[in-house]
Amino acid sequence: MFQRGRHASVALAAMLFLAPVLASAVDDPSEMLPDPKQEAQAEAIGSQLRCLVCQNESIEDSSAGLARDLRKVVREHVAKGESQQQVIAWMVSRYGDFIRLSPPVTVATLLLWGMPALALLAGIIGAVVIFRKKPQAAPLTDEERARLEELSRER
Amino acid sequence: MSAEGPSLARRRVMMALPLAGAGVVGAAFWGMLSGMQKGSFNPHDINAPSTGRPVPDFAVTDQTPGVGFSSHDLQAITTPVLINFFASWCIPCIAEMPQLLKLRDRLPIWGIAYKDKPDNAAGFLRHAGNPYARIGSDFEGRVAIDWGVSGVPESFLIAPGGKIVWHGAAGLNNDEVQNALDAALGQTKR
Repeated sequence: MFQRGRHASVALAAMLFLAPVLASAVDDPSEMLPDPKQEAQAEAIGSQLRCLVCQNESIEDSSAGLARDLRKVVREHVAKGESQQQVIAWMVSRYGDFIRLSPPVTVATLLLWGMPALALLAGIIGAVVIFRKKPQAAPLTDEERARLEELSRER
Repeated sequence: MSAEGPSLARRRVMMALPLAGAGVVGAAFWGMLSGMQKGSFNPHDINAPSTGRPVPDFAVTDQTPGVGFSSHDLQAITTPVLINFFASWCIPCIAEMPQLLKLRDRLPIWGIAYKDKPDNAAGFLRHAGNPYARIGSDFEGRVAIDWGVSGVPESFLIAPGGKIVWHGAAGLNNDEVQNALDAALGQTKR
């Protein structure tokens, strides 16, 4: 996995030093499609696809060799007039759902997608339970009651 | 009473919760890292979709010192074949080479040089040894994409008829990978 590790660390180093300068790592302007509309569509698709070498970067952001190859593939398909769904389906058939940075809702990912709602629900239930259990003041002892009466009489 | 704030027990729970959370996360990371060392966890072993499918349509040109091949050649095989993506610039490929040289006696291996200059790939096989019955060149890396390869080395076991029955995204010098391959090979022969 040396090659992957090296790519990842090179990409990391590049990100650390160049992040403020480079918004996107499309290495070579000649990669871009001549039609700005199609290029925008290709970028929109590429930013949803995971670079399988750097894993937490999209292929639009990564400078790994595989990311560059995949960017090229995306642009070829877009130039042929394919839709976003078609290009993503082409990628998923080769690399599985993992290539999508945002996983589809399936039985396996239901818990993942439902987690925010579940967490909120758990929080609400927790809050209700805690606030309901307001500590009851202990009943006054005889001594305290006598003292209270004494104080009220003084008024 | 309420001026005292939360009870001691509750304060203890509030103290312990973040620590317990950090402990769980730490244990999970430790499990992943030790799994990566042992080979039981491989974050790059990502593509299941190819297993169980026929080989993709492809053709690779001749790579010295071997002859290239295509999906038609794989559809015509009568005994299992191992497809191995390699490159001269890939250190794990050198590491798995002794294993491949041993394996070729009982399983034909067809190599595909991934994003490698033909001269470099030929030089690599001269020095490291050549375990491949046939060798093709995928200089552009496009064939590898059709196979769902994300790096080298990666291997695929092809059953007679051209069906992919096993995929490994790590070097075969790893015992767990080797055992998985042997198990898959045993199933194709049954």
